[in-house]
Amino acid sequence: MAVTVSNLAGRKNLWPWLLLAPLALYLALFFLVPLGQVAMMSVTEPRVGLDNYEKVLTGTLYRRVFINTFFTAALVTVCCLLVGYPLAYLMNHTTERRAMAILLLITMSFWTSFLVRTYAWMVLLGNNGPVIWLLATIGFADPPGILFTRFSSTLAMVHILAPYMIMNIYSVMKKIDPALIRSAESMGAYGTSLFRHVYLPLTAPGIANGSVLVFVICLGFYVTPVLLGSPTEQMAAGLIGHQIEQFLAFGLGSAMAIVLLIVTLIVLWIYSRRFGLDRLYG
Amino acid sequence: MKPYLQLSGVNKAFGDFVALDDINLDVEKGEFVTFLGPSGSGKTTTLMIIAGFEDATHGAITIEGQSLAGLAPQERNIGIVFQNYALFPHKTAEENVFFPLQMRGVKKAEGLRKAAEMLELVGLEGFAHRYPKELSGGQQQRVALARALVFEPDLLLLDEPLGALDKNLREAMQIEIKRIQKRLGVTTIFVTHDQTEAMSMSDRIVVFSDGTIEQAAPPLDVYHKPTTRFVADFIGESNLLDATIRSADEGLADCPILGQVAYRTEGQPRLHDGQEVALLIRPEHLKLSRKPLEECRHASMTVETIVNYGDNALVIGRKDTAQIRVRVPGADVVTLEEGDECHVNWTDHAVFVLEH
Ligand SMILES: Nc1ncnc2c1ncn2[C@@H]1O[C@H](COP(=O)(O)OP(=O)(O)OP(=O)(O)O)[C@@H](O)[C@H]1O
Ligand SMILES: [Mg+2]
Repeated sequence: MAVTVSNLAGRKNLWPWLLLAPLALYLALFFLVPLGQVAMMSVTEPRVGLDNYEKVLTGTLYRRVFINTFFTAALVTVCCLLVGYPLAYLMNHTTERRAMAILLLITMSFWTSFLVRTYAWMVLLGNNGPVIWLLATIGFADPPGILFTRFSSTLAMVHILAPYMIMNIYSVMKKIDPALIRSAESMGAYGTSLFRHVYLPLTAPGIANGSVLVFVICLGFYVTPVLLGSPTEQMAAGLIGHQIEQFLAFGLGSAMAIVLLIVTLIVLWIYSRRFGLDRLYG
Repeated sequence: MKPYLQLSGVNKAFGDFVALDDINLDVEKGEFVTFLGPSGSGKTTTLMIIAGFEDATHGAITIEGQSLAGLAPQERNIGIVFQNYALFPHKTAEENVFFPLQMRGVKKAEGLRKAAEMLELVGLEGFAHRYPKELSGGQQQRVALARALVFEPDLLLLDEPLGALDKNLREAMQIEIKRIQKRLGVTTIFVTHDQTEAMSMSDRIVVFSDGTIEQAAPPLDVYHKPTTRFVADFIGESNLLDATIRSADEGLADCPILGQVAYRTEGQPRLHDGQEVALLIRPEHLKLSRKPLEECRHASMTVETIVNYGDNALVIGRKDTAQIRVRVPGADVVTLEEGDECHVNWTDHAVFVLEH
């Protein structure tokens, strides 16, 4: 036993790589290779050249879809923040039991397949669903259709993505040293100024992490906007699917996918460069 | 004259558990008072009640005759330094020190000037724009001190502020804190469970045990005239031997171990003949010798253990059923060996009587 351990220690540099190998191989085979194929298709289908990128970057339809995608992702992120921050705060400031109960509810929803949750929203918001019925009962003569609008898809995406935001913020809030708050109070900080000068900046890393996560996931969201959203306000992933399934435009779809990927990477890059808040407060 | 800070009959219960039981304490303006006591004895709880973070179950606290009851921590004008400094990680040293002024509506230019002055006072000029994580433990400590003092608090509370520092830095900070406290004349309560720290820094030491105050007295009094067995035991090393008072008038006691012993009468509690007491003799007041010393009282003992500290040594000897501890200078210990027979010598003045 001792021999094995010292052997391992001796090859310290190799060992982590060995452990990583299966995953690395898996990723290479099933992620990088297909990704390469997509990149390849984007410049070869139907002809060799940058035609697809030209279309994606200059065509008004595509531009509108990209702008819409960004707008939706930003909207969903802000909504998640507005819902998530108070909830995380509540969890952190209530009794242990209640916090656990809330956590349980959130994780239960989180673990439910998002396809199931998407269909659940279809049932809830549909024309024969309880929401419309309620609206009609309280006096809307002709309740507006809620399903297949920006509202319904945003609502569902906020529901699906909020746990990411909540968990990120909650974990940061939980780690805040109570002595920091007490010392702020002893120095004369009350409610709003305490929040603005101390609590909010201390939770900023959680906000940044949660927001980037939600934003990036939202950029590539496919099922929910397709099933619940307005057909006239498509998001990028939906349009890509559309191109490939309906028009068999593999090249164009691939070019859009690559553009989306690059945009996502840029967001992540900016985040890690500018807002590496985790490290700043470390 | 009324005391500056007064705690009267302060009690604190957490559910059934009584954390503080009838705490009474007067602190003069400008005084440096240290709370000393074992873990869980209620030092932090007392501090938190003074600061307003905990409510006393009973009792009153006043500063200059004004009751603190019903005042939120924000309204008390008390500076606190926490054990782990509690500096805001997202603010620079300067911004941290400016914070209490900012909360009091002081203009930025003036506030930053005051913060800079304060940082200079604690010896941190040139570090104003560093974030806490870019400062060493001792420097963070100084920022915390500057921040607790910059708004001219009525009271400064320090809860084991030096606990996380290594020995040398600790000593440097003890001197530094004392210097600044004297300079500003701020009334200070300092919590520690390090007795040398308490000895060297305080005007007065308040010894806590199990939620009560055992004794509140100047450091040397606490050391030389402890009022309870707990204090004698907790502060410094001690030989405590059971005895019976033979004659309170003459200052004589019968001790099964040492025989008839004369004791110091000044500063003693009122005693009566036949009273069961404990005799306190500090190890450094005992002298070891091969032959009994003429000018001293003496008894013989067998050396059991010698613990060397370099400059001095602790010799633990046995006489009958009792252990006797003797502090000897490092040079003297060379001639001693475990198992040796020798004599312990003392003068009457070294013997102090404690009531049981
Ligand atoms: N919020 C609380 N609920 C229940 N018991 C508490 C609470 N706060 C403190 N206590 C108890 O009160 C007693 C005194 O605690 P306190 O923190 O004042 O001790 P201390 O003298 O500061 O000890 P230390 O030297 O370890 O810091 C302890 O037994 C502690 O367990
Ligand atoms: Mg404590």
